[in-house]
Amino acid sequence: MSRRVGIEVSLAVAEAVGLCDVDVIAAYPITPQTHIVEHLSELVAEGHLDAEFIPVESEHSAMSACVGSSAAGARTFTSTSSQGYALMSEICYIASTLRLPIVMAVANRAISAPISIWNDHADLMYARDAGWIQLVSENGQEAVDLTFMAFRIAEDKRVSLPVQVNLDGFIMSHVIEPIFLPDAQEVKQFLPPFEPLLRLDPEKPITIGPVGMPDVYTEARKAHDEILKASKPIIGEVFDEFEKQFGRRYKIIETYKIEDAETVIVAMGSLSQTAATAIDAMRQRGVKVGMASIRLFRPFPAAELVEAIGKAKNLVLLDRATVFAGGEISGPVALEVKSALFDRGLSPKTANFLVGIGGRDVTGQNFEEMVERVVTAQKGDLPPYEFINVRE
Amino acid sequence: MAKESGIKSWKELNPGTAITEPGSAAALKTGDWRSMRPETDRDRCIKCGQCYIMCPDMVYTKDAEGYYAQNHYWCKGCGICARECPVGAIMMNEEVD
Ligand code: SF4
Ligand code: SF4
Repeated sequence: MSRRVGIEVSLAVAEAVGLCDVDVIAAYPITPQTHIVEHLSELVAEGHLDAEFIPVESEHSAMSACVGSSAAGARTFTSTSSQGYALMSEICYIASTLRLPIVMAVANRAISAPISIWNDHADLMYARDAGWIQLVSENGQEAVDLTFMAFRIAEDKRVSLPVQVNLDGFIMSHVIEPIFLPDAQEVKQFLPPFEPLLRLDPEKPITIGPVGMPDVYTEARKAHDEILKASKPIIGEVFDEFEKQFGRRYKIIETYKIEDAETVIVAMGSLSQTAATAIDAMRQRGVKVGMASIRLFRPFPAAELVEAIGKAKNLVLLDRATVFAGGEISGPVALEVKSALFDRGLSPKTANFLVGIGGRDVTGQNFEEMVERVVTAQKGDLPPYEFINVRE
Repeated sequence: MAKESGIKSWKELNPGTAITEPGSAAALKTGDWRSMRPETDRDRCIKCGQCYIMCPDMVYTKDAEGYYAQNHYWCKGCGICARECPVGAIMMNEEVD
């Protein structure tokens, strides 16, 4: 039976990984991910979890060890943040094209400089093109639930790709929340044993990760791209299966008060929880505002997103990361949204805001200002993006 | 053809381009890469076997007379054998085919 406990979200994620009965954890501690791996090492050391905990000397080694253990057929988990992701990124690209179903929790944090341990989505964006599935949680319960689902999606034979579960650093990772934790039996029922597509096995030797000459590289990348595309409906299936068993509904694009909304906020991660509160306040005053929140960033669910926001007159597009593109195009999330709309012949009035950068708070008042800005501006007058909460 | 060249549709690749048949690289026709062909002058050859040892692609095998014969299916024309031959018996000639 599920029990509801008050627990720090990082510890709850570690408990969830333990409930998934992982075989190998290879990780290097980095703020704000530290409590996740610290708790996992405790679970292993105290005998609660029968797994190999490899305390590697760097994130580059963490992902390298994960590639080896996953290729050997072990259920494998790691976790990182920010600079740690940057250091391991070389191997992340390899893990995905090699089709290794590693699960990684990313406690999202800004990237230096200046040195910042605080939250934004710079690491999530850094990881965008690495060929992983990127799931995004908005609160602790979701981070836990998505951890179970991440293993199921990753290990589905039709997918066999690594999956990231993103959770906002500190805002989520260090907060104590009431969370339903299922028991091991329930998780076992949801998550079948890991059967790899291919396995390193001395009895039946194979080569994983050979060179790809120009006459095979294109085909290898095409095959990876096709698998990532094909994963979207399977992610939807796993969300359905999760609801059947645990009663909590997940959608690739989550919506809030969107049906009659003239203005829609497009958010990702914990921002949407604050946005929902601000939407309630604005609705009280008769402002027709709603929200679409992106649960799946890769593969990018353009069809589902346009289905949700296609009728809106005004869009507030939020990016929780800085973009250095020269100022004439929008931030990364806004670019995806605009591209999805353009390809379907839609061109609502859009404003793109860079918010919550490097741990800067985003308040309900900020959401009201952003909505006000897009509603009152003339369509051609809005710049490609604007910083919010920046001191002039 | 696929075995000789490694050329396949993306649909036929193993997951992660894994190679599941050990030793299958032997089927790869690296001879297709060759622009220079090594040719041994048997009058000069002292049968020392340096070419056999140094060739990175297992091109040479010792024949009944003790000379080292080349298998052009694999010879990629790198010229190492010609460089290493102590008596200069191997010439690298332009590939005409
Ligand atoms: S040219 Fe290179 S590949 Fe060919 S036989 Fe000589 S050493 Fe071997
Ligand atoms: S290295 Fe030269 S001399 Fe020695 S066996 Fe080969 S061809 Fe003959």
